[in-house]
Amino acid sequence: MKTILTGPQIVLTVKRLAHQIHENHLHLKDTVLLGIQPRGIFFSDRIVNELKQIANPSAIKYGKLDITFYRDDVRKQLHVPNKTDIPFDIENKNVIIIDDVLYKGRTIRAALDALLDFGRPAKVELCVLIDRRFSREFPIQPDYCGEAIDTFISQKVKVYWKEKDEKECIELLDS
Amino acid sequence: MKLSTKHLLGIKDLQTEDIETILSTAQQFKDVLQRPVKKVPSLRDVTILNLFYENSTRTRISFELAEKRLSADTINFTVSGSSAAKGETLLDTVNNILSMKVDMVVMRHSASGAPHFLAKHIPAAIVNAGDGINEHPTQALLDAFSMKEKFGKLQGLKVAIIGDIMHSRVALSDIYLLTKMGAEIVVAGPPTLIPKYITEALGVRVEYNVKRALQWCDVANVLRIQLERQNQPLFSSLREYNLAYGINRRLLESLGKEITIMHPGPINRGVELDSDVADGPYSIILNQVENGVAVRMAVLYLLANREN
Repeated sequence: MKTILTGPQIVLTVKRLAHQIHENHLHLKDTVLLGIQPRGIFFSDRIVNELKQIANPSAIKYGKLDITFYRDDVRKQLHVPNKTDIPFDIENKNVIIIDDVLYKGRTIRAALDALLDFGRPAKVELCVLIDRRFSREFPIQPDYCGEAIDTFISQKVKVYWKEKDEKECIELLDS
Repeated sequence: MKLSTKHLLGIKDLQTEDIETILSTAQQFKDVLQRPVKKVPSLRDVTILNLFYENSTRTRISFELAEKRLSADTINFTVSGSSAAKGETLLDTVNNILSMKVDMVVMRHSASGAPHFLAKHIPAAIVNAGDGINEHPTQALLDAFSMKEKFGKLQGLKVAIIGDIMHSRVALSDIYLLTKMGAEIVVAGPPTLIPKYITEALGVRVEYNVKRALQWCDVANVLRIQLERQNQPLFSSLREYNLAYGINRRLLESLGKEITIMHPGPINRGVELDSDVADGPYSIILNQVENGVAVRMAVLYLLANREN
């Protein structure tokens, strides 16, 4: 087991990513943020809280997207569906999809499918905390990346949040 | 997450966890049905046969809509216009259709146990859409979903099931389901339409006075008098049934409390339910129909998993 990021490092990384998003979407006009259910929400909540410090809080549009029904492995494995909550229109908006770990790219592939059922966004970007690079099965890359790491398929990346898991860090587990 | 069963033949075979999984998945599908695009691609590689050997409006349309909302391919079989009229057996019919690569069968039949028979002989997953006087599991699930939506929980809920208990597959499925989920049940109706086993085998309380049952309950699920299944007269006339057991607005207003009225449809207006109640403010009959699609989507989605 190896720690990729400690709790304080996660806080700094979230701050950096929020600033990068703010830099590219200055007044957050026509920009919406979408966290991916369920585990991406802890990360997207943090990003949104950070953005509230540096940008006009009333300009922030934040929703949650569940991709369970859009997965390509429905017949092999069932996943628990969660709530999708997008209380605004995404038509012609710049959408930033936020998830904790980017690995094979299949979740984001499904998220793009799900997203298009809500409208036609002007542009879609991807923000992830951890990028397990060189293990993609789809041509999907992050626009904002907390930490890029090299891993084996046999390894697992586990993200712990203090809101849920009593500790906060990111670990690489050998199994 | 998966169901403990490969088929949905009846509520009797389900575990409490299965029921909870179906109801919570249905809630997510209900949200999908409120979206601008009311469709998800989950079952796009699944073909479903709707095999209806008995008439149906709501159930058939509801299943077909649920299948389409899940992007499944559907084929419809109704007995009129088919070779069943030429004497082909049920098993032959189904095997012939399955050889065209069908994954799931939604089935209604007037013979109790027909889907159980089919489940033993064919590889496809089977969903019982009503078999004779045995079970109608998706109706019970949508009833439970509607009650949970209205009251927040099923545990401790007082439910009166009123009417033709003997011929009703809805009654039996409702009783199994609500008992498993911890609700209290009273069945009410004329003694000739309440079978003896209901108290002995299922532990349900019987009340012959409809007004007393209504005064006790939070929800009344009123069932249709199934004239097509009655070979002998079990009460003297529909008019008399209405006078003694029918539910009208005046009766509800005399209770001194508000209760919720449900009915699985189709309603015999002026027999078990008067129009002023069926279309009144306490009726959630059309909500039941709306919820039916979400519940059936959940059932089909959960059974499509090949690992079951």
